[in-house]
Amino acid sequence: MNPDAVFVAVLVAAALAVTLGVALGWAASLIEPDADSLVERIDALLPQTQCGQCRYPGCRPYAAAIASGAAEIDRCPPGGDATVRALAALLDRSPRPLDPAFGAPKPAQVAWIDEEKCIGCARCLPACPVDAIVGAPRQMHTVITAQCTGCELCLPPCPVDCIELRPVPAVSLRYRQPRAA
Amino acid sequence: MAARSTFPAGLVLDAHKQQACGTPIVDLPLPRQVALALDQGSGYGAEPVVAVGAAVAMGTLVARTDYPFASALHSPLAGTVVAIETRAAAVEGGRSVCIVIESNGSDRIDDSIRPVADPDSLSPEQLTQRLRDAGIAGLGGAGFPTATKLASARDRGAQTLLLNGAECEPWICCDDALMRSAADDVVRGALILRRAAGAVRCVIAIEDDKPAAIAAMTGAIERQRDAALKVVVVPAVYPQGAERQLITTVTGVEVPADGLPADAGVICQNVATAAAVARWATRGEPILSRVVTVTGSGVAHPCNIRAPIGTALATLVAAAGGYRGTPLRLIAGGNMTGRALASDEAGLTKAMNCVLVATRDDIGSRLGAVELPCIRCGDCSNVCPAGLLPQQLYRAALADAHDALRQLGVRDCIDCGLCDYVCPSQIPLTDRFRDARRRLNAAEATAQKAADARERHELRTRRLQETATAEQQAFESVRNRARQPGDDAAGGKS
Ligand code: SF4
Ligand code: SF4
Ligand code: SF4
Ligand code: SF4
Ligand code: SF4
Repeated sequence: MNPDAVFVAVLVAAALAVTLGVALGWAASLIEPDADSLVERIDALLPQTQCGQCRYPGCRPYAAAIASGAAEIDRCPPGGDATVRALAALLDRSPRPLDPAFGAPKPAQVAWIDEEKCIGCARCLPACPVDAIVGAPRQMHTVITAQCTGCELCLPPCPVDCIELRPVPAVSLRYRQPRAA
Repeated sequence: MAARSTFPAGLVLDAHKQQACGTPIVDLPLPRQVALALDQGSGYGAEPVVAVGAAVAMGTLVARTDYPFASALHSPLAGTVVAIETRAAAVEGGRSVCIVIESNGSDRIDDSIRPVADPDSLSPEQLTQRLRDAGIAGLGGAGFPTATKLASARDRGAQTLLLNGAECEPWICCDDALMRSAADDVVRGALILRRAAGAVRCVIAIEDDKPAAIAAMTGAIERQRDAALKVVVVPAVYPQGAERQLITTVTGVEVPADGLPADAGVICQNVATAAAVARWATRGEPILSRVVTVTGSGVAHPCNIRAPIGTALATLVAAAGGYRGTPLRLIAGGNMTGRALASDEAGLTKAMNCVLVATRDDIGSRLGAVELPCIRCGDCSNVCPAGLLPQQLYRAALADAHDALRQLGVRDCIDCGLCDYVCPSQIPLTDRFRDARRRLNAAEATAQKAADARERHELRTRRLQETATAEQQAFESVRNRARQPGDDAAGGKS
């Protein structure tokens, strides 16, 4: 056999190996999820109640903690088991029950201020994580029902205990169908 | 002129119309009491403007609304408001807040009710507003406010008013009866609607199994001598009268799934709605009554009745000779899209075109049927008039797979009921789809609310950070200034 031919064949194979190796390495770096987008995707599964029951100051910090491995996926009571399952599926882990140390799931609720009793101290305003309370010092305060996430954070600051949580009012979620006449 | 059906599939069903259609429309004497459901069938309610104890006359406004999907309500009786309470009603969920009015026996008419002097002098916008005030809503079964459709038709430049006289659903024949007895009213109302919609022509579509109605309407049109007004005869195929399907048959254009009929240049109104518009023009009368078919093997004398809105269904059945045999189901609407009611105390709504008292003979074969596994026969997709694949939708619905449901077009399903009518495995497909849609809507609303909360929380976090930084800077600049005038000019920080 022609030694030149062997040499060329080896050279071609080596060149191929190097090129493919570089290409694959580059492709892998493209596919590899970067940390930021993982946090985004975890955050998208959290209920956004922003209640802090997970002991992080909001859903996104908790998402970051899950992404970095600092926290387990079982700490969000508003999301309940459904959220744990969704997180488990995303992260390819096995689902686990909610950790009761962080609280128990509750039906959807919204805050309601008894406007007769409100003294206008404005202490509930900074507590609300989604700016769902409207008011000003010495004015009556009220909750924008549509924006309230039911996180309960406005309850402790109120000196006259005039805020209570009520079940979410029934809204018609019905999609109107064109009907046969 | 005759048109061929061009929507996919559909099915010719047993009409069962002769039972109620033989006799003229019966005028019901004013009942002692009416219960007006705030939701008249569109799914959205008006707000009461009267209190318990208020005296009302015929035509007095009792509930108003600014909401485009709800319609105003007027008292069909002279008397007193005796209650405003949740009662059995022919709406989704079976209950609605109702304004209950008791008659004092008089027929005093509210002072606000005056004939419209000259409807032709009103602009399309003024006409639309007046029709909204009169609570005119789709009498064909949807109860959708007419004014809202008119406004959207004008905005989108619809050129054709399609008057729906197809009445495709078995048992129902109130529109047929109305066209035969009040064809001139229908045409008069159609002309007003055509002007309010800014349309140039009007097509009245009638199924070919109603020759008398076709003749009556053709006669009325000839008396009008209006070249832009015509009758189109369409094949009697269920669901020919469904809005999108009828538009496809008449114009050959398919309304896009995410579009409105007006996008295809058409605004669709029911013939009974047109007749109600004519009553409004001649007498100034808001919707106080409607013609409803009371039929089924479970009533003694099936017939069409003109009855005040809010009349208890029991009163309607009594006027049709009362119950007969062993009624099994009381259905508001027809046997395909109707809603079974738990009680005959519910009141007539604007959207209710039929009260069907069904016996086992009428609907028997499906009752108590055991649901069997899907055998993938494909019959359901062969009949679906919306061109969907019910068999696949069914699997997506069972799995609550939202993406698949959206992709397969669960929202384009018109609830016609044909797929479960033909399914040999007796699967209640339509119900499953309705339920899946409800859950899909709830899930989307929750996701939307979460997205809003996330955004508000992010904005707040950013605002707090910016305030903190600004305060820090303000503090530092004050401190720097405090130090600068001191003896050592170089002593300031950086
Ligand atoms: S417990 Fe759940 S909802 Fe509450 S802040 Fe943490 S992640 Fe958000
Ligand atoms: S109003 Fe109260 S319960 Fe509602 S989001 Fe704000 S702090 Fe939470
Ligand atoms: S904390 Fe209580 S009293 Fe003070 S403004 Fe809020 S609701 Fe009113
Ligand atoms: S109910 Fe829906 S899916 Fe079934 S045939 Fe009718 S349009 Fe098609
Ligand atoms: S008609 Fe019934 S059995 Fe046949 S494919 Fe459709 S769902 Fe399956």
